[in-house]
Amino acid sequence: MAGRPERGAWAQASQIMLALFLRDIRLSIRAGGGALIGVIFFLAVIVTIPFGVGPDLNLLSRIGPAILWIAALLACLLGLDRLFQADREDGSLDLLVLNGDRHMLALTVLTKCLAHWTGSVLPLVVAAPLLGLFMNMEPLGIGATALTLLVGTPAITFIGAAGAAVAVALPRGGLLISVLVLPLTIPVLIFGVSASYGAVADPAPFLQPFLILAALTLFLAVLGPLAAALALRHGTD
Amino acid sequence: MRLIAENLGGERGGETVFSNVGFTLDKGEALIVTGPNGAGKSTLLRIVAGLLPAAGGKVLVKGGGEAFPTVASASHYLGHLNAMKTALSVEENLGFWRAFQGEPGLDVEEALETVALGGLGHLPFGYLSTGQRRRASIAKLLVSRRPVWLLDEPTAGLDKASEEQFAGLMRGHLADGGIVVAATHLPLGLEGARELQMRVAG
Repeated sequence: MAGRPERGAWAQASQIMLALFLRDIRLSIRAGGGALIGVIFFLAVIVTIPFGVGPDLNLLSRIGPAILWIAALLACLLGLDRLFQADREDGSLDLLVLNGDRHMLALTVLTKCLAHWTGSVLPLVVAAPLLGLFMNMEPLGIGATALTLLVGTPAITFIGAAGAAVAVALPRGGLLISVLVLPLTIPVLIFGVSASYGAVADPAPFLQPFLILAALTLFLAVLGPLAAALALRHGTD
Repeated sequence: MRLIAENLGGERGGETVFSNVGFTLDKGEALIVTGPNGAGKSTLLRIVAGLLPAAGGKVLVKGGGEAFPTVASASHYLGHLNAMKTALSVEENLGFWRAFQGEPGLDVEEALETVALGGLGHLPFGYLSTGQRRRASIAKLLVSRRPVWLLDEPTAGLDKASEEQFAGLMRGHLADGGIVVAATHLPLGLEGARELQMRVAG
């Protein structure tokens, strides 16, 4: 797009990315898209916890934010392997990479991440307050956990995109991606949970870990797609 | 507009498939790549498109202007796979590629008429037969403009009439100053096309 008028190029790029975003959203809600699998998994984990931990309501409400975060993290990882693999299987990935020459491939990856987050992870964030009730959490804690999930889960998707891009050519890459990505998501988990606790437990701060969480998401929004684009460009065969 | 490949070498899993392949195509020229299975026809096309790294040599376009500065930005690649989503309708698929690839060409409706799929645009892509899928995929070449068409077995699954129709499309593209590089076993019905014969290495 070099040499074109700046404003026109921006408008064009945003239109192109909007088309990709809408396509991926459509695919995630159509049959076989798997948008609901994450939510069902999330629900299953949270509903199981009280049976395992026992009916100690105080204990449940104390570990509630951590359990919600861990379950959401695992549910996020669940659908990641399809992020690029579905496109690779039908040949779309070739054209996405080919067109990455016209507009940055990293931008394409970022758009796919955002669509994946909206289609598969946002439902988790919406379901989190309801599931917080199972954990006997107080309203403030539920609100704080949902807010930290809203801000923190995009980071998991961005890291996951890099893992998904590396493992795109592997036929059973799903578990590998989870193992690759899990260590990298630990900081997100730590700051997400500590911000959620900060909102309810008095001496612990809320704002500082929350801001670090937001910074992590912004940082990974750049690094994740760039790394994934690099892996996709060199990983095609 | 000119597509130049110099001393290209290709590898598959560390084994050299071919080396020192070169060609120069001016606008309006077509190159048919033939050869037995395993001779590296698909590998050559993917290297030309930039989807595989070349083991040696380089590919470049000259005179593409601002719109088509590089080979990747100037090329349509039609591979073995159709690059269409079975869950979306044909119209949605083509509409997406038209918006995503930029340089819009024919309308989705017109493109479907051209490949004789008019009136089927509302169907999910998964409902089409093999030949119809291929034709819908060929319509993808028409919805956005690219001077270079890289075609890998483009007529696989097409019936006689569709093959002729597709030959007509290619002739039209060449007459408009386009370039076609096609890997195939079957005659494509392009008169005056140059031929590159690949051999199995070793």
